Amino acid sequence: MTGPAHTGSYLSDPRVRPMEWLPWVLALVCYFAAPTYLPLGSYILIMILFALSLDLILGYAGIITLGHAAYFGFGAYVAAILAVRVTADPLIGIAVAGISAGLLGWLTGLVILRMRGLTLLMLTLAITSICYEIANKATALTGGADGLGGFNMKPILGLFKFDLFNKTGYLYCLLFLFVAWWLVRRIIYSPFGASLTGIRENVARMHALGSPVYQRLVAVYTISAALAGVAGGLLTHTTEFVGLKVLSFDLSGDLLVMLILGGVGRIYGAFVGPVVYLLAQDSLAKQFPEYWYFGIGLMLVLVVMFARGGILGIVDRLLLRIRRGNT
Amino acid sequence: MQGFASSLVSVAFHGIAYGMILYVISVGLSVTMGLMGFVNLAHGVFAMTGGYVMLSAMSRYDVPFPLALCLAFVLVAAASVVLERLLYARLYSAGDLEQVLLTIGLIFMAVAAARLAYGTLQQPVNLPPYLKGQFALFGRDFPAYRVFLVAFSSVLVAVLWFGVERTRWGAKVRAAVDNRAMAQAIGINTSLLFTVTFALGSGLAALGGALGADIIAIQPIYPFENLITFLIVVAVGGMGSLRGPFVAALLIGISDTACKYWLPQFGAFFIYAATIAILLWRPAGLFGKASQ
Repeated sequence: MTGPAHTGSYLSDPRVRPMEWLPWVLALVCYFAAPTYLPLGSYILIMILFALSLDLILGYAGIITLGHAAYFGFGAYVAAILAVRVTADPLIGIAVAGISAGLLGWLTGLVILRMRGLTLLMLTLAITSICYEIANKATALTGGADGLGGFNMKPILGLFKFDLFNKTGYLYCLLFLFVAWWLVRRIIYSPFGASLTGIRENVARMHALGSPVYQRLVAVYTISAALAGVAGGLLTHTTEFVGLKVLSFDLSGDLLVMLILGGVGRIYGAFVGPVVYLLAQDSLAKQFPEYWYFGIGLMLVLVVMFARGGILGIVDRLLLRIRRGNT
Repeated sequence: MQGFASSLVSVAFHGIAYGMILYVISVGLSVTMGLMGFVNLAHGVFAMTGGYVMLSAMSRYDVPFPLALCLAFVLVAAASVVLERLLYARLYSAGDLEQVLLTIGLIFMAVAAARLAYGTLQQPVNLPPYLKGQFALFGRDFPAYRVFLVAFSSVLVAVLWFGVERTRWGAKVRAAVDNRAMAQAIGINTSLLFTVTFALGSGLAALGGALGADIIAIQPIYPFENLITFLIVVAVGGMGSLRGPFVAALLIGISDTACKYWLPQFGAFFIYAATIAILLWRPAGLFGKASQ
């Protein structure tokens, strides 16, 4: 793909550009500048991580899924059940949530990634729906429609307590997001990442080149599911509650909208989208819920029709125009 | 034993009525997906709009029931032509992702518009007096409206089958489903064919939504709530065929009713599990062509 310079790929320079530190600086500035917004901030960080995991399979490998909430929700429920029944240690919780969501991703990926197109889309939907039904009906374990709460997380490493204003939670999420960003970035700039892009662009040719397409897809799907599970676990830990919403189709849909809004297949689209979407939602959705949903729908239609690259795509084009104007 | 046999008949009857409605709504989706390869997630929007058109025509303007049904069909079919020409047609050659996003966007807009216009509650259905009450058949009483549903949908299915299998237009549609490029090459105006078929499919969905307002509640969340069910009918049945979705719709209608009746504690679990099993066994659906 002859993408603009922003789009990371195996062929571009893998060193971290100065611009790439901007999100982290901004995140830290927000920590000090807007202490009352930290609960929202934590949620945004979690959704960025979740969007990043989706970008890996949707943007790079081209797997169209409407059911990524399955792994997010699975991780969230695993973290909650673990906290209620076994241990409320956060780091163990995240590790178990990530690993179990990864396992679920591996198992389901093995089965569904042999399919393509509508069949694959249907299978992802059906898997999420099954998870939702199980969480809804297995009330003894999951609390059903009431959700699962009433547990208190222990301090991280026994040192940092989760506080009411979510100061610890925010930094906790930021740390995991940073690790995930580093991991995703490594993947994308690796030969493995290049083969994923190849699969997205031309599956037949990848087969012809002798690339193990199915194994590559299963591998990236597993990694993505594990990251989504970590994001789900973080949500459980910072809110000390988990409800059915984490497994709903709405969440998969919202996530897709956020990623599309930011820009698909370019790491930082997953950063920009959730920030813009969730900040706008926070200020607009409560006052005008109907207009909000209508606006989201309209925006999707417009993005598909006129601005396929999302916000970052528009920025790219503007920059390109300015640069051309200068020379 | 008597009680079990009686509930068996009842489940089968209600299941068939539900399945018929599912078929009338989804058959358009199956044909347009098979014909254009377009992943139209917004199909439920047409069904919901049909329901709203019929219900408000009846309650606000006292339009008689049969006329309200026709109105739902005509209005939605006409509106779908506009949408098809304006939006869908530009994305026929685009990837699945673009089509998915566009149609999800349409769902969002339709849900918001329905909420603004009608509020979030489900619409009450006032059936005409001649369709209320019970209908005696083989010494049992059946709800008259459901009997009407099954009879009416059966007629629709027969007309549809005749239209696709026995008319010139149907032959063109089948040709275009099989091989679009070849159909175009021998002089079939596929673009016009698409538009007409899309309008008919959307009109049928509206008719199904209106007819089934009693079974599948008309409320703003309708396109999202039933999206999976409609898609399952098409995916399990196989795109582009008439017979596949028919079998799938009846299977889903009956098994869903049976599950809700006998195993309510499992919810819709079995439907989804069965869908996964069938799709793994036959990825193109029960009657779909494996190569597509």
